[in-house]
Amino acid sequence: MTAPLLQVRDLKVHFSVRGQGLFAAPQTLKAVDGVSFNLASGETLGIVGESGCGKSTLGRAVLQLLPATAGSVAWLGEELTALDKATLKARRQDLQIVFQDPLASLDPRMTAGNIIAEPLRNFHSDLSALERKARVKEMMDQVGLLPTMINRYPHEFSGGQCQRIGIARAMILNPKLVVCDEPVSALDVSIRAQIINLLMDLQSRLNLSMLFISHDLSVVRHVSRRVMVLYLGKVMELADRDSLYAAPHHPYTKALISAVPIPDPDTERAKPRVVVNDDLPSPLNPPSGCVFRTRCPKATGICAKVTPILEPAGPGHDVACHHWRD
Amino acid sequence: MSVLDIKALDVRFANTDGEVAAVSSLSLSVEKGECLGIVGESGSGKSQTFLAAMGLLAPNGRTSGEVMFGDTNLLTADEKTLNDLRGDKLAMIFQDPMTSLTPHMKIGRQLTEVLVRHRGLSATFARDRAIAMLRRVQIPEPERRFNMYPFELSGGLRQRVMIAMALLCGPELIIADEPTTALDVTVQAQILDLIRKAKEELETAVILITHDLGVVAGLADRVGVMYAGRLVELGDVRQIFKAPRHPYTKGLLACTPRLDDATGGTMPTIPGQPPNLQNLPAGCAYHPRCPFIMDRCRVERPPLRPTPTGSLSACFLEGSPS
Repeated sequence: MTAPLLQVRDLKVHFSVRGQGLFAAPQTLKAVDGVSFNLASGETLGIVGESGCGKSTLGRAVLQLLPATAGSVAWLGEELTALDKATLKARRQDLQIVFQDPLASLDPRMTAGNIIAEPLRNFHSDLSALERKARVKEMMDQVGLLPTMINRYPHEFSGGQCQRIGIARAMILNPKLVVCDEPVSALDVSIRAQIINLLMDLQSRLNLSMLFISHDLSVVRHVSRRVMVLYLGKVMELADRDSLYAAPHHPYTKALISAVPIPDPDTERAKPRVVVNDDLPSPLNPPSGCVFRTRCPKATGICAKVTPILEPAGPGHDVACHHWRD
Repeated sequence: MSVLDIKALDVRFANTDGEVAAVSSLSLSVEKGECLGIVGESGSGKSQTFLAAMGLLAPNGRTSGEVMFGDTNLLTADEKTLNDLRGDKLAMIFQDPMTSLTPHMKIGRQLTEVLVRHRGLSATFARDRAIAMLRRVQIPEPERRFNMYPFELSGGLRQRVMIAMALLCGPELIIADEPTTALDVTVQAQILDLIRKAKEELETAVILITHDLGVVAGLADRVGVMYAGRLVELGDVRQIFKAPRHPYTKGLLACTPRLDDATGGTMPTIPGQPPNLQNLPAGCAYHPRCPFIMDRCRVERPPLRPTPTGSLSACFLEGSPS
């Protein structure tokens, strides 16, 4: 195994939120609360969880698009949270992001060519306009866009094509790490598979590392090597892909996996279901001890008192639960 | 007798460039206690078909054909007849429970409204019935929720309120348009259970419109697949999933990632993009993306016809030796 490219330790992102009522004290929302993981070169880590669990905040904090409240993000051994603006900007060549909403993440007044060329203009200002254009056309070809579309505007493209533009913009600097934040959620089924294939193809060709954030566990199983399950800002389980899907240890992971509908009438109707009750508790006032205990079918007295730590449950399989052995 | 019987429905929208056909010559029916799943991608006409049936089309929408609900043709019925049916015998559940509940009205008032309007119940009677229904859809502390506004509830609870409202008058047909798309998977599973119970216990017919094949696999008895405003395949849920006939259905199933599939690697895809309704390809609308294209597909449109498995499929491969 190669040395980790990215090393995240006890990362916390807290937001201050106005309290209920006119004179109420501000409250703290712990969007990401003590997350640690490593990412190796060429590896994809899937990050799953329900809405509001801190997936996107985590991705943004890793890229320093949001300030971390505490903890460390080490990139090739260098602490990103401590860098000054100019150095951080230089590092951004290696760190890119693909957003969920393909149309909203493109400037409607810029042509596709200008959108894709913008990172080049920022980081390789020595390139001539002609060289830049050649690089853009080459990139468009790689992501499956016709280079003749270079002068078109985003509204002239379909959702899938807009996502290809967003991917081309992220890839043109040959980054080492790409955070994909729900890159296929807004796309139709027939387009989704095309974009997944494109991302996986680019990854193996460019030896990219990816953080693949998604609420769709089926897509994450397909693209990831390891998977992290988040709940209210905390890691519930972090394991190799096959180990996690074949033998999930955490009750939350079990519930999530059993709730995903499978497109096969016999399998779908016969499968056992782990039922979790109620909705997600408010992240402003998370339960004491284990944050999942209010919805957990296995919760006991200890869960309210002691916060479980992420501990090894097998090779390449960590889980944060008092009762995973039961 | 069918609960709902659609015959040769066309839905068109007038715009500056003329007319767009959103739904073309669509025929299908739903039986009592049956769940019909309608799948298709955005722009395939799946929502417009049933908005037209409910008389809820945008003002520039035009329809022709017939949508029979009992003895009433919903397309030609006047507003009063529709108002008497909607919320009573015909109920609809929309995708986004925040925008489909009135934001400035308490949950209780919105629920009792249908009972007072359709059943002429007194306020106290209606309140008891509404609270009983909230309990039935497993809303905790129903008496307290009754006096809350929609914004005070989570997305899952709001969708439960929508379902409670739909069930209050014991409808014969529920049309659920992407009822769980805005919800997390754990909540989705609970909401689908509620719809399943309504179907089984009350023998309500359900039309389930969704882009999620997994949701359809779990709940539907029959499935209709739509592409570019037309039904391309219609059949029993097991036939559709185990032995799909139409190339589009086959493609859709192949390119859907499955949770229980550990193979990884390159996924099968459908090349190209869904067509622009403004500018549909001639012949079969799917021909530019179809791996089995033949010459006649470019010029002639295949009719929906029976296949050996009992499904209906609109493809020239049917009837020719394959």
